[in-house]
Amino acid sequence: MKLKVKNFNVKINNKDILNNININFKKNSIHALIGPSGCGKSTFLKSINRMNDLIDKFTFDGNIFLDDKNIYDIDEVSLRKKVGMVFQKATPFPKSIFENVAYGLRIHGIKDKKFINKKVKESLKASALWDEVKDKLNSSALNLSGGQQQRLCIARTIAVNPDVILMDEPCSALDPISTFKIEDLIQKLKRKYTIVLVTHNMQQAKRVSDFTSFFLNGHVIESGKTNQIFLNPKKEKTESYISGRFG
Amino acid sequence: MKEKFIKVLIFTSGFITILLFVVIIAYILINGIPVISFEFLFANTLNSGREGGILPMILSSIYILILTAIFSIPIGVGIAIYMTQYCKNILLIKFIRFISRCLASIPSIIYGLFGFTFIVLFLRLGWSIFSASLVLSLMAIPTIFQVSEVTLNNIPLNLIESSLGLGATRLQTIISVIIPIAIPGITTGIILALTRAFSEAAAVMYVVGSTFQIPLSIFDTGRPLPLHLYILASEGISFENAYGTATVLIFIVLFITISTNYFVNRYQRRIKYEIKS
Ligand SMILES: Nc1ncnc2c1ncn2[C@@H]1O[C@H](COP(=O)(O)OP(=O)(O)OP(=O)(O)O)[C@@H](O)[C@H]1O
Ligand SMILES: [Mg+2]
Repeated sequence: MKLKVKNFNVKINNKDILNNININFKKNSIHALIGPSGCGKSTFLKSINRMNDLIDKFTFDGNIFLDDKNIYDIDEVSLRKKVGMVFQKATPFPKSIFENVAYGLRIHGIKDKKFINKKVKESLKASALWDEVKDKLNSSALNLSGGQQQRLCIARTIAVNPDVILMDEPCSALDPISTFKIEDLIQKLKRKYTIVLVTHNMQQAKRVSDFTSFFLNGHVIESGKTNQIFLNPKKEKTESYISGRFG
Repeated sequence: MKEKFIKVLIFTSGFITILLFVVIIAYILINGIPVISFEFLFANTLNSGREGGILPMILSSIYILILTAIFSIPIGVGIAIYMTQYCKNILLIKFIRFISRCLASIPSIIYGLFGFTFIVLFLRLGWSIFSASLVLSLMAIPTIFQVSEVTLNNIPLNLIESSLGLGATRLQTIISVIIPIAIPGITTGIILALTRAFSEAAAVMYVVGSTFQIPLSIFDTGRPLPLHLYILASEGISFENAYGTATVLIFIVLFITISTNYFVNRYQRRIKYEIKS
């Protein structure tokens, strides 16, 4: 198991946001997190790379292990190098395409130009963007389309060699074609990375993921192989959610 | 019917505002431009300002502008960065905001009096360009701070999280993501504050002295343009030269505003990023 979450609870402002979460994430798999809005998926995702530490009045108990190491025993910077994150809305930096991908390398002190060039190229190829941008690496990343920007954000994330990639509804702002490209990409990425994918789109979870966990009001109702969850859910709440009866 | 009435009202008030602005500027320029000559700009002042030029005043003003910028920009922007990026104490944030709003609403003559008793007399810094710059910095900091804070708060959180998420430290994120995006907004605040300081007479009249000499050091006394203008007019020395001085003042302020606007726009086109504030 790449990532193990044990009895994990989160409170923000003393309000219970996540209750007793237990999920294991298998190496080189795509694990979808589904559930209605406000049930705590993003909060859970941001707990994994300790982004919630930024929130005032955030408290937690329980443990999260990355490769059997407690994430609070790893320093923040190395943890975030290993656990990358992609957001719902593409968030390219206002820099060139090249500099966006090189950003992570530069902040980690890499100066070797050849290495950076090579890494940028590799990452853009791995995120299926290279052919579209290879002639305009120096133009602003903000000129790209929404879907291209999202793939750029993925390239930027994989440039620093993470083990795990957290994706928070990466396609929800995209048209069907761009969505398809990203889904295709996510499936290729699992060969190298472990992917946690938050999605509102049931079809997407079904199409791309190997495992699925269903969140409701800060609890994990059910967790298991995607086929099992969708074809034969054990809990009634799961069934009514995936059949679209609420949420 | 009602809508039409409101439209007319809005249009008229807008029109009156613009008209007033144009009339005032035109009036000053019409009276001032004939006064301006090479000598007026580049000669020493003679006979209390009745004759000669205003070079000492132009230099005083420029020294004060530069010093004020050096004092107020790092402090104003620094506080804003600290408050938006590091400080988690909401009470402290509210307190600083309150203080800066109070400071911004104090009439400038009171800054002048404070500068005289505290900076000139108590700190024994004397009448000088340096003292004037300190007083003007106190006035400029709240504005720079307020505009910077709004700008920094409007930077999308996801962008900051993306940088931190790649393993960047706070400081790296501030330097390579936050500041580049915030520069246009912050610059606007700086220009607003500095042009106001540049045009200030009341705040400096008790702290800068009023010599006619060309200031050679920042600890010399000086006489910035607005003060010169005020004295020329209020003591009835030369209305003609007062208009000339006003014209120079307006041109310098316009030059600063327009050129920074130009650079900010160019910069924004280059980074293609605009935050609403
Ligand atoms: N910074 C914060 N401060 C206070 N409450 C927060 C904060 N972040 C999240 N919450 C609360 O935590 C709960 C879960 O929010 P979260 O964003 O994790 O839900 P989500 O499942 O991702 O929803 P969505 O599908 O709409 O993105 C919500 O009730 C939200 O109000
Ligand atoms: Mg969310």
